[in-house]
Amino acid sequence: MKQYQGQTISWDLRDGVIEMALHREPLNEIGSQTLEELEKFVGVLDALTHEAHALIIYSTLKGGFCAGADLRQLYGWFQEFGQSEVARHAREYLERIHAVMNALDAAPLTTIAAVHGVTFGGGFELALTCDMILADKLARFCFPELRLGLIPSFGGIPRLKRDVGNAVVRDLLLTGRSFNATKAQQIGLVSQIVGEGEVLRAARATASQMAKFDRITTQSAKRFMKPIPLDELRREIDIFCELLPQPAVHAGLKKFVENTTAQPYLP
Amino acid sequence: MPTAEKTLDEILTLAAAHFKVPREKLSPDDDFFKTLGIDSLQALDLLTKLENHFHVELPDYELQGVADFRTLAGKIQARL
Repeated sequence: MKQYQGQTISWDLRDGVIEMALHREPLNEIGSQTLEELEKFVGVLDALTHEAHALIIYSTLKGGFCAGADLRQLYGWFQEFGQSEVARHAREYLERIHAVMNALDAAPLTTIAAVHGVTFGGGFELALTCDMILADKLARFCFPELRLGLIPSFGGIPRLKRDVGNAVVRDLLLTGRSFNATKAQQIGLVSQIVGEGEVLRAARATASQMAKFDRITTQSAKRFMKPIPLDELRREIDIFCELLPQPAVHAGLKKFVENTTAQPYLP
Repeated sequence: MPTAEKTLDEILTLAAAHFKVPREKLSPDDDFFKTLGIDSLQALDLLTKLENHFHVELPDYELQGVADFRTLAGKIQARL
């Protein structure tokens, strides 16, 4: 399936590069529909890699790359399954999203996240699965989960720890603050910063450069440079599911979902 | 280091340019959410623009409750 046009994502394989576009309004919140379409992508990834050497993930939405997990859906699970069963349902969901993220992380081609604007929570975690992150100079990153009484659950902490020092990890996680592309580059998360509206072009140029190298060598180098922290990823799911039934989480989600002010993305 | 007045003036000029509002319509004590008609995502864009312009890092938790240009300028001035 070289081309796919879905409800939340689409992809197109052309000239050895797969371009995956995220396009779920309002800001690419990752819920069940996105997960199903990402699973569809991962299911055909092996076939696609016969013809592709690179994958670019980007957003077509003006507001940014991705605001993270679909918190309205998570809140809905509390109503649907009740406080006692919500963790069991969340675990099933997380097992699936981790399988997708791990497959993207280990994909036998070079992966580039081309991000702009809001790159928060699950969106940041999706970007962290990629081999490199290229950022528009107005990109902004954040792990806001502790504001809700939770921790990131799509692999964020283990992958952040893989890439940056623990002092930075603790600062970003424990304050829930957002930070810009310059800071992200200073701490080693972003490899290139480009002008406004230029990130997809830069990602294409980078993918084109990578096509010059032997694919077997590139894949070997990637496996050597980027081990997947599987044990910590498992532990992350456990901790998230332990925290989820806490009353503070339900209260935090309720506050977010019912927030009608113009400031839900500010702390 | 620029004076507080100069910092404030640069913020007003940047905000006017970014959101395409006449500079003379902005005043230091305006509620920028209302005057610029922006939401929190656009406020984050403005924050990033200001950080890039002044070469500072401004944690967003320091901006809790800040909605006027003068207070915002004071937060930035403290980081210069």
